[in-house]
Amino acid sequence: MSLRRSPFRWLLAAAALLLLAACAAHPQWQLDDVQGHLPDLKFSMTNDLGQPVTAADYRGKVVLLYFGYTHCPDVCPLTLVHLHTVLQKMGKAADDVRVLFVTVDPARDTVPVLHQYVTAFDPRVVGLTGTQDAIAQLAKRYRAFYKPETPNDKAGDYDVTHSSAIYVFDREGHARLLATPGSSNDEILHDLDILVGKSS
Amino acid sequence: MTFTLHKMLRAAICASLLAASSAAMTATPSVHVEHAWIRWLPANLPAAGYATIVNDGDGVQRLTGASSADYGSVMLHRSRLAQGDSTMEMVDHLDIPAHGSVKLAPGGYHLMLSHATHPVKPGDKVPMRLHFADGSVLQVDFSVLPANAAGP
Repeated sequence: MSLRRSPFRWLLAAAALLLLAACAAHPQWQLDDVQGHLPDLKFSMTNDLGQPVTAADYRGKVVLLYFGYTHCPDVCPLTLVHLHTVLQKMGKAADDVRVLFVTVDPARDTVPVLHQYVTAFDPRVVGLTGTQDAIAQLAKRYRAFYKPETPNDKAGDYDVTHSSAIYVFDREGHARLLATPGSSNDEILHDLDILVGKSS
Repeated sequence: MTFTLHKMLRAAICASLLAASSAAMTATPSVHVEHAWIRWLPANLPAAGYATIVNDGDGVQRLTGASSADYGSVMLHRSRLAQGDSTMEMVDHLDIPAHGSVKLAPGGYHLMLSHATHPVKPGDKVPMRLHFADGSVLQVDFSVLPANAAGP
Protein backbone atom coordinates (compact mmCIF):
# COMPACT_ATOMS: atom_id res chain seq x y z
CA MET A 1 0.00 0.00 0.00
CA SER A 2 1.44 3.35 -0.99
CA LEU A 3 1.46 5.93 1.76
CA ARG A 4 1.00 8.67 -0.81
CA ARG A 5 -2.49 7.62 -1.76
CA SER A 6 -3.60 6.27 1.53
CA PRO A 7 -6.01 8.11 3.84
CA PHE A 8 -3.41 7.22 6.45
CA ARG A 9 -1.34 10.09 5.04
CA TRP A 10 -3.99 12.59 6.13
CA LEU A 11 -4.12 11.04 9.55
CA LEU A 12 -0.38 11.47 9.88
CA ALA A 13 -0.56 15.09 8.81
CA ALA A 14 -3.40 15.76 11.25
CA ALA A 15 -1.46 14.14 14.07
CA ALA A 16 1.61 16.25 13.24
CA LEU A 17 -0.50 19.41 13.25
CA LEU A 18 -2.05 18.50 16.62
CA LEU A 19 1.39 17.88 18.04
CA LEU A 20 2.59 21.27 16.80
CA ALA A 21 -0.42 23.01 18.33
CA ALA A 22 0.17 21.22 21.62
CA CYS A 23 3.80 22.34 21.61
CA ALA A 24 2.83 25.94 21.00
CA ALA A 25 0.31 25.88 23.84
CA HIS A 26 2.57 24.10 26.30
CA PRO A 27 6.23 24.91 25.71
CA GLN A 28 8.64 22.24 26.79
CA TRP A 29 9.92 24.08 29.85
CA GLN A 30 13.24 22.96 31.26
CA LEU A 31 12.74 24.79 34.56
CA ASP A 32 9.93 24.04 37.02
CA ASP A 33 6.56 25.26 35.75
CA VAL A 34 4.82 27.16 38.59
CA GLN A 35 2.08 28.81 36.52
CA GLY A 36 -1.05 29.14 38.66
CA HIS A 37 0.82 28.19 41.83
CA LEU A 38 2.40 31.52 42.75
CA PRO A 39 0.81 34.99 42.68
CA ASP A 40 1.55 37.72 40.15
CA LEU A 41 4.50 40.03 40.73
CA LYS A 42 3.54 42.77 43.18
CA PHE A 43 5.73 45.03 45.31
CA SER A 44 6.44 48.60 46.27
CA MET A 45 10.14 49.16 46.97
CA THR A 46 13.15 51.38 46.26
CA ASN A 47 15.56 50.65 43.40
CA ASP A 48 19.36 50.94 43.55
CA LEU A 49 19.15 54.53 42.30
CA GLY A 50 16.97 55.45 45.28
CA GLN A 51 13.76 55.74 43.21
CA PRO A 52 10.43 54.28 44.37
CA VAL A 53 9.38 51.43 42.07
CA THR A 54 6.49 48.98 41.85
CA ALA A 55 5.90 45.80 39.85
CA ALA A 56 4.04 47.90 37.26
CA ASP A 57 7.37 49.53 36.29
CA TYR A 58 8.55 46.14 35.02
CA ARG A 59 5.45 45.18 33.00
CA GLY A 60 6.60 44.34 29.50
CA LYS A 61 9.84 42.82 30.78
CA VAL A 62 10.52 39.19 31.66
CA VAL A 63 11.48 39.41 35.33
CA LEU A 64 13.77 37.17 37.38
CA LEU A 65 13.31 37.70 41.11
CA TYR A 66 16.05 36.67 43.53
CA PHE A 67 16.50 37.27 47.26
CA GLY A 68 20.08 37.87 48.41
CA TYR A 69 22.44 40.31 50.13
CA THR A 70 25.71 42.00 49.31
CA HIS A 71 27.76 40.57 52.21
CA CYS A 72 27.28 37.22 50.47
CA PRO A 73 30.57 36.64 48.64
CA ASP A 74 29.93 33.13 47.35
CA VAL A 75 26.41 31.95 46.45
CA CYS A 76 24.82 35.31 45.49
CA PRO A 77 27.67 36.19 43.08
CA LEU A 78 27.55 32.64 41.69
CA THR A 79 23.83 33.07 40.90
CA LEU A 80 24.34 36.55 39.42
CA VAL A 81 27.24 35.30 37.27
CA HIS A 82 25.05 32.47 35.94
CA LEU A 83 22.35 34.99 35.02
CA HIS A 84 24.92 37.39 33.52
CA THR A 85 26.25 34.56 31.32
CA VAL A 86 22.72 33.68 30.17
CA LEU A 87 21.89 37.33 29.38
CA GLN A 88 25.13 37.65 27.38
CA LYS A 89 24.16 34.58 25.36
CA MET A 90 20.65 35.95 24.69
CA GLY A 91 22.13 38.94 22.90
CA LYS A 92 19.77 41.82 22.08
CA ALA A 93 16.73 39.94 23.45
CA ALA A 94 18.19 40.28 26.96
CA ASP A 95 17.18 43.97 26.89
CA ASP A 96 13.67 42.66 27.61
CA VAL A 97 14.82 40.89 30.79
CA ARG A 98 15.37 42.36 34.25
CA VAL A 99 16.91 40.59 37.22
CA LEU A 100 15.48 42.00 40.47
CA PHE A 101 17.93 41.40 43.33
CA VAL A 102 15.94 41.96 46.52
CA THR A 103 18.10 42.49 49.58
CA VAL A 104 17.26 40.49 52.70
CA ASP A 105 19.78 42.60 54.64
CA PRO A 106 18.50 46.20 54.32
CA ALA A 107 20.49 47.34 57.37
CA ARG A 108 23.82 46.91 55.56
CA ASP A 109 22.60 47.12 51.98
CA THR A 110 22.21 50.85 51.57
CA VAL A 111 21.18 52.15 48.14
CA PRO A 112 24.78 53.06 47.10
CA VAL A 113 26.22 49.67 48.20
CA LEU A 114 23.40 47.84 46.45
CA HIS A 115 24.00 49.90 43.29
CA GLN A 116 27.74 49.17 43.21
CA TYR A 117 27.12 45.49 43.87
CA VAL A 118 24.48 44.80 41.20
CA THR A 119 26.14 46.88 38.48
CA ALA A 120 29.39 44.95 38.99
CA PHE A 121 27.57 41.92 37.56
CA ASP A 122 25.30 43.12 34.76
CA PRO A 123 23.52 46.33 33.71
CA ARG A 124 20.22 44.43 33.59
CA VAL A 125 20.35 43.58 37.29
CA VAL A 126 18.36 45.96 39.50
CA GLY A 127 18.84 46.10 43.26
CA LEU A 128 15.69 46.49 45.35
CA THR A 129 15.43 47.45 48.99
CA GLY A 130 12.69 48.67 51.27
CA THR A 131 11.42 48.60 54.81
CA GLN A 132 11.82 45.37 56.76
CA ASP A 133 8.05 45.00 56.34
CA ALA A 134 8.04 45.44 52.56
CA ILE A 135 10.83 42.88 52.17
CA ALA A 136 9.16 40.42 54.55
CA GLN A 137 5.86 40.75 52.65
CA LEU A 138 7.48 40.14 49.28
CA ALA A 139 9.36 37.11 50.61
CA LYS A 140 6.18 35.74 52.18
CA ARG A 141 4.26 36.22 48.92
CA TYR A 142 6.68 33.83 47.19
CA ARG A 143 7.26 31.59 50.23
CA ALA A 144 10.89 32.66 50.33
CA PHE A 145 12.74 32.39 53.62
CA TYR A 146 15.53 34.45 55.18
CA LYS A 147 17.04 34.74 58.62
CA PRO A 148 20.04 36.77 59.84
CA GLU A 149 22.48 34.55 61.77
CA THR A 150 24.36 35.50 64.93
CA PRO A 151 27.62 37.39 64.30
CA ASN A 152 30.50 35.01 63.61
CA ASP A 153 33.48 37.20 64.48
CA LYS A 154 34.69 40.04 66.69
CA ALA A 155 33.81 42.62 64.04
CA GLY A 156 30.13 41.71 64.30
CA ASP A 157 29.91 40.39 60.73
CA TYR A 158 26.94 38.14 60.19
CA ASP A 159 25.56 35.91 57.46
CA VAL A 160 21.95 35.70 56.34
CA THR A 161 20.47 32.32 55.49
CA HIS A 162 18.16 32.80 52.52
CA SER A 163 16.15 30.97 49.88
CA SER A 164 18.17 30.41 46.76
CA ALA A 165 15.35 30.12 44.21
CA ILE A 166 14.99 32.39 41.17
CA TYR A 167 11.34 33.23 40.38
CA VAL A 168 10.63 33.88 36.71
CA PHE A 169 7.71 36.11 35.63
CA ASP A 170 6.43 36.74 32.10
CA ARG A 171 5.93 40.18 30.53
CA GLU A 172 2.48 40.43 32.14
CA GLY A 173 3.87 39.77 35.61
CA HIS A 174 2.50 36.23 35.93
CA ALA A 175 4.69 33.78 37.85
CA ARG A 176 5.74 31.14 35.32
CA LEU A 177 8.90 29.28 36.30
CA LEU A 178 11.21 28.48 39.18
CA ALA A 179 14.98 28.10 38.75
CA THR A 180 17.50 27.07 41.40
CA PRO A 181 21.28 27.50 41.68
CA GLY A 182 21.41 23.94 40.33
CA SER A 183 19.66 24.91 37.08
CA SER A 184 22.10 24.98 34.17
CA ASN A 185 22.70 28.10 32.10
CA ASP A 186 21.30 26.25 29.07
CA GLU A 187 18.05 25.42 30.86
CA ILE A 188 17.57 29.04 31.94
CA LEU A 189 18.54 30.31 28.47
CA HIS A 190 16.12 27.91 26.76
CA ASP A 191 13.14 29.03 28.85
CA LEU A 192 13.96 32.76 28.80
CA ASP A 193 14.20 32.65 25.01
CA ILE A 194 10.63 31.30 24.94
CA LEU A 195 9.36 33.88 27.43
CA VAL A 196 10.82 36.85 25.55
CA GLY A 197 9.32 35.38 22.38
CA LYS A 198 12.59 34.66 20.61
CA SER A 199 11.67 31.01 19.95
CA SER A 200 8.97 28.54 20.91
CA MET B 1 81.61 21.13 82.91
CA THR B 2 78.74 23.41 83.82
CA PHE B 3 79.85 25.75 81.11
CA THR B 4 79.90 22.97 78.51
CA LEU B 5 76.43 21.75 79.54
CA HIS B 6 75.10 25.29 79.38
CA LYS B 7 76.67 25.75 75.98
CA MET B 8 75.29 22.45 74.73
CA LEU B 9 71.82 23.25 76.05
CA ARG B 10 71.91 26.63 74.40
CA ALA B 11 73.00 25.06 71.12
CA ALA B 12 70.19 22.51 71.38
CA ILE B 13 67.57 25.20 72.04
CA CYS B 14 68.87 27.30 69.18
CA ALA B 15 68.83 24.32 66.84
CA SER B 16 65.26 23.39 67.74
CA LEU B 17 64.13 27.00 67.43
CA LEU B 18 65.79 27.22 64.05
CA ALA B 19 64.16 23.97 62.96
CA ALA B 20 60.75 25.16 64.15
CA SER B 21 61.05 28.50 62.41
CA SER B 22 62.30 26.98 59.19
CA ALA B 23 59.36 24.52 59.25
CA ALA B 24 57.01 27.44 59.71
CA MET B 25 58.56 29.32 56.84
CA THR B 26 58.86 26.54 54.31
CA ALA B 27 55.97 24.99 52.49
CA THR B 28 54.85 21.42 52.76
CA PRO B 29 56.78 20.07 49.77
CA SER B 30 53.98 17.69 48.87
CA VAL B 31 51.25 20.34 48.53
CA HIS B 32 50.76 22.78 45.69
CA VAL B 33 47.96 25.08 44.66
CA GLU B 34 46.37 25.68 41.23
CA HIS B 35 43.90 28.25 39.86
CA ALA B 36 44.01 30.51 42.91
CA TRP B 37 41.66 33.47 42.40
CA ILE B 38 39.48 35.96 44.22
CA ARG B 39 36.11 37.23 43.05
CA TRP B 40 36.38 41.00 43.49
CA LEU B 41 33.39 42.80 44.96
CA PRO B 42 32.90 46.58 45.18
CA ALA B 43 32.32 48.78 48.24
CA ASN B 44 34.92 46.92 50.33
CA LEU B 45 32.48 44.03 50.67
CA PRO B 46 33.78 40.65 51.80
CA ALA B 47 35.15 38.67 48.86
CA ALA B 48 35.66 34.94 48.30
CA GLY B 49 38.93 33.19 47.46
CA TYR B 50 39.03 29.96 45.47
CA ALA B 51 41.78 27.48 44.59
CA THR B 52 42.49 23.84 43.97
CA ILE B 53 44.77 22.40 46.65
CA VAL B 54 46.70 19.35 45.42
CA ASN B 55 48.42 16.91 47.74
CA ASP B 56 51.11 14.91 45.93
CA GLY B 57 52.29 13.25 49.14
CA ASP B 58 51.59 9.93 50.82
CA GLY B 59 49.93 11.42 53.89
CA VAL B 60 46.79 13.49 54.46
CA GLN B 61 47.45 17.24 54.69
CA ARG B 62 45.14 19.22 56.93
CA LEU B 63 44.49 22.86 56.02
CA THR B 64 43.73 24.70 59.24
CA GLY B 65 43.38 28.26 57.98
CA ALA B 66 44.75 31.07 55.88
CA SER B 67 45.93 34.61 56.36
CA SER B 68 46.88 37.59 54.22
CA ALA B 69 48.40 40.98 54.92
CA ASP B 70 45.78 42.40 52.53
CA TYR B 71 42.78 41.34 54.66
CA GLY B 72 42.01 41.78 58.35
CA SER B 73 40.13 38.51 58.40
CA VAL B 74 40.44 35.32 56.35
CA MET B 75 38.10 32.48 57.25
CA LEU B 76 37.58 29.03 55.80
CA HIS B 77 33.86 28.81 54.94
CA ARG B 78 31.50 26.47 53.24
CA SER B 79 28.24 27.35 51.50
CA ARG B 80 25.53 24.79 51.79
CA LEU B 81 22.17 24.35 50.16
CA ALA B 82 19.60 22.69 52.40
CA GLN B 83 15.97 22.45 51.25
CA GLY B 84 16.47 25.36 48.90
CA ASP B 85 18.01 27.60 51.56
CA SER B 86 21.56 28.81 51.19
CA THR B 87 23.62 28.97 54.39
CA MET B 88 27.25 29.65 55.22
CA GLU B 89 29.14 27.78 57.87
CA MET B 90 32.62 28.16 59.29
CA VAL B 91 34.98 25.27 58.70
CA ASP B 92 37.60 24.35 61.30
CA HIS B 93 39.87 22.44 58.95
CA LEU B 94 39.93 20.81 55.55
CA ASP B 95 41.73 17.52 54.85
CA ILE B 96 43.49 17.14 51.50
CA PRO B 97 43.69 13.38 50.84
CA ALA B 98 47.00 11.74 49.93
CA HIS B 99 47.53 11.90 46.16
CA GLY B 100 44.26 13.82 45.89
CA SER B 101 42.96 17.33 45.76
CA VAL B 102 40.22 19.53 47.19
CA LYS B 103 38.58 22.34 45.27
CA LEU B 104 37.65 25.58 46.91
CA ALA B 105 35.04 26.59 44.32
CA PRO B 106 31.92 28.80 44.04
CA GLY B 107 28.98 27.28 45.89
CA GLY B 108 31.15 25.21 48.25
CA TYR B 109 34.37 25.67 50.21
CA HIS B 110 35.90 29.14 49.98
CA LEU B 111 38.08 31.59 51.85
CA MET B 112 35.97 34.47 53.10
CA LEU B 113 38.12 37.62 52.91
CA SER B 114 36.93 40.60 54.95
CA HIS B 115 38.18 43.99 56.07
CA ALA B 116 40.70 44.66 53.28
CA THR B 117 43.65 46.63 54.67
CA HIS B 118 43.88 48.64 51.42
CA PRO B 119 41.71 48.83 48.28
CA VAL B 120 41.94 45.59 46.31
CA LYS B 121 40.90 45.67 42.62
CA PRO B 122 40.65 43.32 39.65
CA GLY B 123 44.08 42.61 38.19
CA ASP B 124 45.78 42.65 41.60
CA LYS B 125 47.61 39.68 43.10
CA VAL B 126 46.87 38.98 46.75
CA PRO B 127 49.56 37.02 48.61
CA MET B 128 47.89 34.39 50.79
CA ARG B 129 49.45 32.12 53.39
CA LEU B 130 47.82 28.71 53.76
CA HIS B 131 48.43 27.15 57.17
CA PHE B 132 48.63 23.40 57.62
CA ALA B 133 48.29 21.29 60.77
CA ASP B 134 51.95 20.19 60.63
CA GLY B 135 52.99 23.82 61.07
CA SER B 136 53.97 24.38 57.47
CA VAL B 137 52.84 27.41 55.53
CA LEU B 138 52.31 27.65 51.80
CA GLN B 139 52.52 31.09 50.24
CA VAL B 140 50.30 31.50 47.15
CA ASP B 141 49.38 34.51 45.02
CA PHE B 142 45.62 34.77 44.35
CA SER B 143 44.62 36.63 41.14
CA VAL B 144 41.82 39.14 41.64
CA LEU B 145 39.15 38.77 38.92
CA PRO B 146 36.09 40.97 38.20
CA ALA B 147 32.82 40.30 40.05
CA ASN B 148 31.18 38.71 37.01
CA ALA B 149 34.07 36.40 36.06
CA ALA B 150 33.05 32.76 35.72
CA GLY B 151 36.51 31.65 36.89
CA PRO B 152 40.19 31.80 35.98
